Amino acid sequence: MLNTLTLSQVLKKLKNKEISHKELFADLGAATAAQNKKLNVFLTMNENAEIEAETALGKTLMGVPLAVKDNFCTQGIRTTASSTVLDTFIPPYDSTVSRKLKEAGAVIQGKTNMDAWAHGSSTETSQYGRTLNPRNPEYLPGGSSGGSAAAVAADMSIAAIGSETAGSIRQPSAWCGTVGLKPTYGRVSRYGVVAMASSTDSPGPITKTVEDATIVLNHIAGHDEYDATSSQTPIDNYTAALDQSIAGLKVGVIYMDIPGLAEVKSLFESQLKVFEELGAHVEYANAMDPNHAVGAYTVVQRAEVSSNLGRFTGVRYGEDRSYFGDEAKRRIMLGTYILSKGYSDQYYVMAQKVRTLFLQDFVQLFQKYDVLISLTSPGFAKKVGASEASAMFGELEDMLVEPSSITGLPGMNVPCYRDPKTNLYLGMNIMAPMWHESKMISVADAFEKHTNWNPWRNAEQK
Amino acid sequence: MKNQIPVSHIAQLANIPITKDEELRLESAFEETLTVVEKLQSIDVQDVEPTFQVTGLENVMREDIVDEKRMFSQEQALANARAQHDGFFVVPQVISQD
Repeated sequence: MLNTLTLSQVLKKLKNKEISHKELFADLGAATAAQNKKLNVFLTMNENAEIEAETALGKTLMGVPLAVKDNFCTQGIRTTASSTVLDTFIPPYDSTVSRKLKEAGAVIQGKTNMDAWAHGSSTETSQYGRTLNPRNPEYLPGGSSGGSAAAVAADMSIAAIGSETAGSIRQPSAWCGTVGLKPTYGRVSRYGVVAMASSTDSPGPITKTVEDATIVLNHIAGHDEYDATSSQTPIDNYTAALDQSIAGLKVGVIYMDIPGLAEVKSLFESQLKVFEELGAHVEYANAMDPNHAVGAYTVVQRAEVSSNLGRFTGVRYGEDRSYFGDEAKRRIMLGTYILSKGYSDQYYVMAQKVRTLFLQDFVQLFQKYDVLISLTSPGFAKKVGASEASAMFGELEDMLVEPSSITGLPGMNVPCYRDPKTNLYLGMNIMAPMWHESKMISVADAFEKHTNWNPWRNAEQK
Repeated sequence: MKNQIPVSHIAQLANIPITKDEELRLESAFEETLTVVEKLQSIDVQDVEPTFQVTGLENVMREDIVDEKRMFSQEQALANARAQHDGFFVVPQVISQD
């Protein structure tokens, strides 16, 4: 059952020659064969993964196969962004993220299902069918990186790559009970990622443990000359942020007074004592109403979508624009409207001003607190079909992560509760100031190691 | 004030073919979304500057030289095209014949 190992365990065991690629790929292959048809996690498998792994043993990531969301261009491997517009698209080049991972010795296991064009928080907008939540298949995995989170949660993969524009790494991680790390905007290159909203798109890892997330982040973070918005700010050794004391740290708890949290509020609050046991100071803090971020993000996102998806003409690659699904049509057209003459000031510029207010609010909060925490999602995973009821489903499910997304802050999800009746997880969202991923990693790692909510750590201890 | 959303006109601007039935569904979806967005109007943004990009980077330039590492061969460039002719992309006709 090598498929249930964490990335850090696999690397250790490969190094010590306790396991072979053959055994690892056999177990991952068996887990995928047994579950993929039902859960619909992978859209495309890399048939050459095991052969490629053999040539990578001498490198840091030692040929470990990683699941990659299907909006990352992968040279020679079909990339659809879960839309039939790109049904037959085989990229002639690699995204910077997939190139860096390959150079470090990882191989691409396969491409995971997602909301089409990353438009959604359920995977239900995928034109290849929805993914089901491996924790309980009557429920959704969240999205848009739902396939990547499900691959990890179902132990079909050792670790995965996702991307987040506003919630798409953290929310499916919360719903599937995995760790998801959204880096600061500009920390990880967007080059070769099918663009959604260019001013907030942030690729990042979805993994079994906080440690695994740091291993992946170490390899994908950093400046990229092919992405002009990527930052030259020096990167940390993120693994060095593990096992640090968080005593004396100031933790601000936000978004507890929004309506509709109901039962999950007290479940979340019962976990706050963990930080106090670890010596941190926990305090409720007032933050700007996340409802305003929903409106601001919706405007910015629709506008940038309408611009980014303008390139899909069916001439150089892909099919023509009649292949767009309902959600993509809604977003492209609303974005077109928002940017049209007479309305761009009313909507677009207004939203960007509200974004400034959120930035100012976070500056103030981080003068008082080292990290901020909130629920990742306002509730547990929703039932299959839930997204079809509302054109605003995703934005409302992502409300608690949208403020940190439009302001470019890093944030990560760690599991913080499991409902014994449904086997569904709740996630905690830990946010830090820009470029301070290490700080939130220390807090997430301390929480994970001091509680029993992480299923893989839990198994390790038994 | 509620804006009347000219759905078919927007579809034309966005180059998205839609049916009459879709037009009606899109109209109500837009109304639902804009109702949420309209709530922004209650926020005081007087004297607030807009933020279009959060990292503070400005005017990032590169040398104006050909990057051969990123060049495709003609074959690669055409590999994903639905229609090609003599090494060119075939594009839809935009000028009428008469």
